[in-house]
Amino acid sequence: MTTPPLLITGADLAGAGRGDLLVADGRIVAAGPDAAAEAPGGTARTDADGLVALPGLVDLHTHLREPGREDAETVETGSRAAAAGGYTAVLAMANTTPVTDTAEAAERVLDLGRRAGYVDVHPVGAVTKGLAGAELAELGLMAASRARVRVFSDDGRCVHDARVMRRALEYVRAFDGVISQHAQDPALADGSACCHEGEHSGRLGLPGWPGVAEETVVARDVMLARHTGSRVHIAHVSTAGSVEVLRWAKAQGIAVTAEVTPHHLMLTTDLLAGYDPVYKVNPPLRPAEDVEALRAALADGTIDAVATDHAPHPRQDKEHAFADAAFGMLGLETALSVVATTMVTEGRVGWREVAQVMSHAPARIAGLAGQGQPLEPGSPATITLVDPGRRVSVDAALSQSLSRNNPWHGRELTGAVHLTMLRGQVTAREGLVWGGVA
Amino acid sequence: MRHLLSIGDLSREEILELLDTAESMHEVQHREVKKLPTLRGRTIINFFFEDSTRTRSSFELAGKWLSADTINLSGKGSSVSKGESLRDTVMTIDAMGVDLMVVRHMASGAPAQIASWTGCSIVNAGDGTHEHPSQALLDAYTMRRRLGGDLAGRHVAIVGDLTHSRVLRSNLLCLRTLGASVTLVAPPTLMPSGIGPWADTDGFGTSYELDDVLPTVDAVMMLRVQRERMSGGFFPTPREYAVRYGLTPARLARMPEHAVICHPGPMNRGLEISADAADAAQSLVLDQVSAGVAVRMSILYHLLAGEGSTS
Repeated sequence: MTTPPLLITGADLAGAGRGDLLVADGRIVAAGPDAAAEAPGGTARTDADGLVALPGLVDLHTHLREPGREDAETVETGSRAAAAGGYTAVLAMANTTPVTDTAEAAERVLDLGRRAGYVDVHPVGAVTKGLAGAELAELGLMAASRARVRVFSDDGRCVHDARVMRRALEYVRAFDGVISQHAQDPALADGSACCHEGEHSGRLGLPGWPGVAEETVVARDVMLARHTGSRVHIAHVSTAGSVEVLRWAKAQGIAVTAEVTPHHLMLTTDLLAGYDPVYKVNPPLRPAEDVEALRAALADGTIDAVATDHAPHPRQDKEHAFADAAFGMLGLETALSVVATTMVTEGRVGWREVAQVMSHAPARIAGLAGQGQPLEPGSPATITLVDPGRRVSVDAALSQSLSRNNPWHGRELTGAVHLTMLRGQVTAREGLVWGGVA
Repeated sequence: MRHLLSIGDLSREEILELLDTAESMHEVQHREVKKLPTLRGRTIINFFFEDSTRTRSSFELAGKWLSADTINLSGKGSSVSKGESLRDTVMTIDAMGVDLMVVRHMASGAPAQIASWTGCSIVNAGDGTHEHPSQALLDAYTMRRRLGGDLAGRHVAIVGDLTHSRVLRSNLLCLRTLGASVTLVAPPTLMPSGIGPWADTDGFGTSYELDDVLPTVDAVMMLRVQRERMSGGFFPTPREYAVRYGLTPARLARMPEHAVICHPGPMNRGLEISADAADAAQSLVLDQVSAGVAVRMSILYHLLAGEGSTS
């Protein structure tokens, strides 16, 4: 497919100063103040004055629900939401029906993603068969499949058996895989736990989910990573205690990485006071002290990445009593705005660091060669343009997702995705999705 | 007053008004013909997602004695297992034209959620481990009758499985709003989460030692300890619990003579309360049950016969 070259003019190039980006044949061919000089005749132009150019965003943690719950989301609708949110690649979690625990299942998700064509969809493989926590899934066959699976997770469930976790960590070293752990000791926080354990859970009479149920697993797993020499990734870190453990582990040189969700960077446990299940998520919303520690950890690099844990649910799965409602909230379309609001406008990080935590680092952790590349000549033209000053009033009805469990509805955020480009093709502009690339 | 979801929504004046109305309702209970015409033509649904013979029959009698049409519905198990959302379940009933729903549910917060969906008045008849407002009101009513005054300055100890008790949460709010001082007594494993900051904010005391608290109480409220808590390892054995936290005859003797004993029932005799204490002259257990109907009549009256609700 040939499209004319495109010159994106006047953008702040990921916090490195103003410059132009010349895009041709799906690649960046020139970047910086002098790029315009290299533009051949017939080059189209996009004025990006006042915008920030980031390498396309990469989400380490997305639930696309297909196969199994196509009433909640499909690979196509989730991909559209991802593109609208500035993402060019997502890792699709394995807790579908059937579970992504074989090479065939992984290839099927890969193919669904290619057919949709809005973002690169990389399946995450289950660590254990059927997410049951007992026997290893066919990790090596998934790695060797066309889907080239490198991230394995039983997300939604913790790999709580230390022996299974140890073997999984050891095994995936053969193909540089990583185990993404949903850290929740089921003995300390079982399936009914749905509210941060503390004064609010006490007053509301909701089953408590104490931070220590996460922290003890994080502590165990960093020691297992040290022992095995393997890479471990901690999904959706939610407490200050986990941050302390991670900081210590990184200082020891242990190969641990971690992600934080946008909602844990902003929303707090007191929102549960009205028992609205839109705020029911696992791990639960935590107190302000944890939110503060997570922001600081993201700013200082203790937490490597922002990952959405985008978890669509149809209305009927949320319109239950709080204890019975499904866990999870949407996140793909609002993640950049939340990070901009909580981290950039508050002066904690610049756009260079946003590129780091939302693109470079997640691509590196997941081993995605064509994503998270610097905005330099030779890199794929996989770019997200952000309007850093735009005020957004979130409207749940205006979503590409099939679901509406959006905790940000009605909130004002600062900073918004203007345009998303995947290998030279525009996939979304101002929240509207373009035709599929494929 | 449109709903009764939490005692926390009520002012001191509103609580006292509910208790005063209950006094006059109580007189009706002793008449040969108990029916008042007040709620004639109004429809009340007792929607019990969780079994409760005692509370349901108490609300049912209250509605009937006020001449309302009352229907009992039971929704066994959660609606999740039936494939229907809670919202659909209650909207179906609401669509029949209901004035008031009395809701008992095993999940905390369900009555508040239902109130946000339906157009009728909602009374929380016990939600999970959250609240049981009518129980707290009848407890206050019973204690006030026996002790005199309006409970301001009185000292009430609440003892037992506090973590899992909705009676505790409503009583705490009710007694503090009325100006009583409250001490919670339980082993640390049965204290609610975040009890430290909670006690500081709301101004009540906590203790692990029942014997230290008893000499200064005006009332002691013994809460049921479910034997199934044993499997959670909340305490070692029923024997140890009875020795350390049960209201034994010896502890009964440590209480001031005027002090009263409450228990919301059903009692585990020999565990949290000895037979001597349960049947003692200071025991208000049966008075509580009797007051239950009057207090619930008062609640229904205030929600349905009050100003602006005659449409």
